[in-house]
Amino acid sequence: MAKLIFEMSKPGRTAYSLPRCDVETCGSDVLIPEKYRRKKDAELPEVSETDVIRHFTELSRMNHGVDTGFYPLGSCTMKYNPKVNEDIAGMDGFRAVHPLQDDETAQGCIRILYEMDRMLSEITGMDRFSLQPAAGAHGELAGLLVIRAYHAHRGDTGRNKIIVPDSAHGTNPASAAMAGFEIIEVKSDERGGVDLEELKAAVGPDTAGLMLTNPNTLGLFDENIKEIADIVHDAGGLLYYDGANANAIIGVCRPGDMGFDVVHLNLHKTFSTPHGGGGPGSGPVGVKKELEPFLPVPLAEYDGKQYRLDYDRPLSIGRVRSFYGNFGVILRAYAYIRTMGPDGLRKVAENAVLNANYLMHRLKGHFDLPYDRTCMHEFVLSYGRHKETGVRTLDIAKMLLDYGFHPPTVYFPLIVSEALMIEPTETESLETLDLFADTLISIADEAERDPEKVRTAPHRAYTSRLDEVRAARNPVLVYVDEDTAE
Amino acid sequence: MYRYIPNTREDQEKMLSAIGAGSVAELFSDIPEDIRLDRDLDLPDAMHEQELVSHMKAIASENVNTADHPCFLGAGVYDHFIPSVVGHVISRSEFYTSYTPYQPEISQGTLQAIFEYQTMICRLTGMDVSNASMYDGATAVAEAALMAVRSTGREKVLVSRGVHPQYREVLRTYAVHAGIGIAEVGLSGGMTDLDGLRDALSGEAGVAAVILQSPNFFGVIEDMEAATALAHEYGALTVACVDPVSLAILQPPGEYGADIAAGEGQPLGNPLNYGGPHFGFLAAKQKLVRKMPGRIVGQTTDSEGRRGFVLTLQAREQHIRREKAVSNICSNQALNALAATVYLSVMGKQGLKQVAELCLSKSHYAYSKLLATGRFEKVCDAPFFREFAVRSVDEPVETINRRLRDRGMIGGLALERYYPEMKNCWLVAVTEKRTRQEIDAFVEAAAGGGR
Amino acid sequence: MEIYEGMKFTKEHEWAREEGGKVYIGISDYAQNALGDIVYVELPETGKKVKAGDPISVVESVKTASDIYSPVSGTVSGVNEALADSPELLNEDPYENYIAVIDPDDLSELEDLMDEEEYREFCSREE
Repeated sequence: MAKLIFEMSKPGRTAYSLPRCDVETCGSDVLIPEKYRRKKDAELPEVSETDVIRHFTELSRMNHGVDTGFYPLGSCTMKYNPKVNEDIAGMDGFRAVHPLQDDETAQGCIRILYEMDRMLSEITGMDRFSLQPAAGAHGELAGLLVIRAYHAHRGDTGRNKIIVPDSAHGTNPASAAMAGFEIIEVKSDERGGVDLEELKAAVGPDTAGLMLTNPNTLGLFDENIKEIADIVHDAGGLLYYDGANANAIIGVCRPGDMGFDVVHLNLHKTFSTPHGGGGPGSGPVGVKKELEPFLPVPLAEYDGKQYRLDYDRPLSIGRVRSFYGNFGVILRAYAYIRTMGPDGLRKVAENAVLNANYLMHRLKGHFDLPYDRTCMHEFVLSYGRHKETGVRTLDIAKMLLDYGFHPPTVYFPLIVSEALMIEPTETESLETLDLFADTLISIADEAERDPEKVRTAPHRAYTSRLDEVRAARNPVLVYVDEDTAE
Repeated sequence: MYRYIPNTREDQEKMLSAIGAGSVAELFSDIPEDIRLDRDLDLPDAMHEQELVSHMKAIASENVNTADHPCFLGAGVYDHFIPSVVGHVISRSEFYTSYTPYQPEISQGTLQAIFEYQTMICRLTGMDVSNASMYDGATAVAEAALMAVRSTGREKVLVSRGVHPQYREVLRTYAVHAGIGIAEVGLSGGMTDLDGLRDALSGEAGVAAVILQSPNFFGVIEDMEAATALAHEYGALTVACVDPVSLAILQPPGEYGADIAAGEGQPLGNPLNYGGPHFGFLAAKQKLVRKMPGRIVGQTTDSEGRRGFVLTLQAREQHIRREKAVSNICSNQALNALAATVYLSVMGKQGLKQVAELCLSKSHYAYSKLLATGRFEKVCDAPFFREFAVRSVDEPVETINRRLRDRGMIGGLALERYYPEMKNCWLVAVTEKRTRQEIDAFVEAAAGGGR
Repeated sequence: MEIYEGMKFTKEHEWAREEGGKVYIGISDYAQNALGDIVYVELPETGKKVKAGDPISVVESVKTASDIYSPVSGTVSGVNEALADSPELLNEDPYENYIAVIDPDDLSELEDLMDEEEYREFCSREE
């Protein structure tokens, strides 16, 4: 157990080095009226620079990252994060540019935004991209507001429903609700795709659109995509592509050619930018021509000589974020695309799909495979023996920790019981996949032989099983020490 | 071969034969023929590493950057000094190559750091609870407004024109489509007009929240205590949009009774990054915790009774509540919040106060020097922090900024861009990084000296 | 734990029972089992008017949250305050611990619900 930084604090210790004040002036006691001043100091830690480095180094060692080991977290695309992209994002010519500098003095930054718009449009078969959304869910919100604005602009005001399959990510219905839509859920058919009959019954004059992840969260490509698109379009609705699983199709097929009108991509998944312990991500949103006027402001433009930011877009939904998005993330993704090129990007998808199918093949005799067909970049297993062994999927996930693996996504999608959702990505080797498969199989055996051991895992992680019930029943969300307690 | 893809041809063949597939193409047979791409993507060819670095350096050189040019531009993003330690810690790949800590037993580093972050944000703002971060200051304020609407059951929000114009734009995007009404409260002398606020509160039935920023967009310190009392009188919540560095010396929102504190965290150890990634912070009174969006970390124990940390109160979130979730947020800005945690650890109780005092002193020095030239006059005659507005008596701001650029400096913001009535008004920020020499040169160039 | 005489059940696994003209509402043993360790109960405001089928409360466990619907129309006249600090009471004895009390507009709405035997059969089909 590591100490908290507050527990290391000792009055008088410092880790900072600041210039002395070189102007003759007064302090806050004169410049700021007393009623606006802070009466009691904020109790921030007082530690040395060595303390800071040792503390955060210790914390980092209690973490598992892609650089530590295999991280097959389904639908999260935990691929390798190229180091050179970090160096590029650290160049002063990018990191030390103020977002409100005149366009003339930020030509390089606007150029990146413009070229990314062009490249992402080509990759997805769309016409225009806004890079402003800060994450996938944020892109969903922006895209749905664009759909809303499009219908409203046509005077088609009765379209207040968004259709979402039951296998969708939770962000889909949550984003639709935030954009002011009602949500209609449609079931999956026995092959794991959208049930066409249910969809036909669900669409109507109130349909604003359908949100779809393809391949879906079962890792399956919906082969009826053309019919789905026709059903929704014939009803006057639009198609929204959740790009969370785009790693499976990049360079192979494009949402725009499938019939999608709006797309978001997760640069922190498909385009290799690091996940940062939960963020920052980047969720650019792209649209077909008819929807372009509604994208967030500003968009990057180029007249052949100069790059500029265009704010004169009267039909825009407005801003969804300050400035232009997570530029530093967009920059890393740009470097990735330039590194891979068209052939490399297609090989990304091919190897991601090959790795997933190989791993599925290795595991399917040992776990239930609810949808036994060729998968794309990920697949979903179910641990069906829990009734006999008393071991749950969660226990198996925890047991994996002892072997240095990050577990797959568990208990998702919701339509598969005791689910394990596994996404190996293209950056993992055959040897890693085999080791992981061997380990998971041995854990399944162990669950038969010694269920108690699996139920109490992990045994060799930084902590043993943590009590989430206690945390939620009596939330302790900040540190309170006796010295600072009021 | 590509260096990020380890499969050799031999590996691929071995895998295909194990699967029983004849080719990789066969694995894609679920994709209907007519939507498959029958060509390569029309993208530039792959670059080798050295070529890429040269290419990116060339693009970077097309930008003027604040590392080489003293910066007097702020308006929500500030050129503060970042200690070397910050970059070293967040470059540890155990932090930056991990994801949301879904498996707490191997994510204690991220989880404990977030717990420390939440504690620091609460101590700075004087609030009870904080989430793990939002995308930026603008979305933090917008989500704060949605929180207020949810917890009051009311559907109108009042926002001061002193709040960052881009935050107000984002608020409008988020709120209007959710059926929430937004009304703006005007300014008087660079501060929110409290009489106007009272009129708006008494005129508008059922106001959920009053949103003020302090220091506001003009750097002016608002009378938050009076505004909060007014909001509470009408049963509305107060959302205080605050600057984290200023809180080392200014009264924290918790002390004047604000219900929610939100703001931009960039000044805490995050580079300018042409506007992102930065992070937003969001903190609130205890009673609002279950209405808060985003990840929250809580303390608990492991099966042997040792302290540990987990994501908690997750039933608020999209992965559980789907369309009934309090927000759709999933990814946040964790690494930027970590940078802030390291920054605040380095600065500590004394250092952050010094940063704030230096900003205060240097900005006041620049302000009085500018006024003394006779080429500028006051716009808001009120106490300010780090940033101030002046009016140029005879020159457009663009002309002044161009002159500064010619002398290797980055000038302030032309306020007319956001406030059409503020002709020739200039918003100038002075952080602790600006030396006396730089400020003197800035003032001289701004006044047109040596023409 | 004991099921009260005349207790009625909904398809969403709430129970309802009439006592002195008021309707007590809680969740069934099947429901608490399915939810697992309950960590929080969002109690309705007293005085709130509800229609049959309206959500009046949310019961949360660590990984799920479940809406509780009022089986009858009426006015919320009381809540079980003990659940605010001890949500686990719903796990320990779901039939002894109600969530809310409704002043019903029309008691006969209860007649549409399942009785114990019908509910048992309903649950066995859910498995």
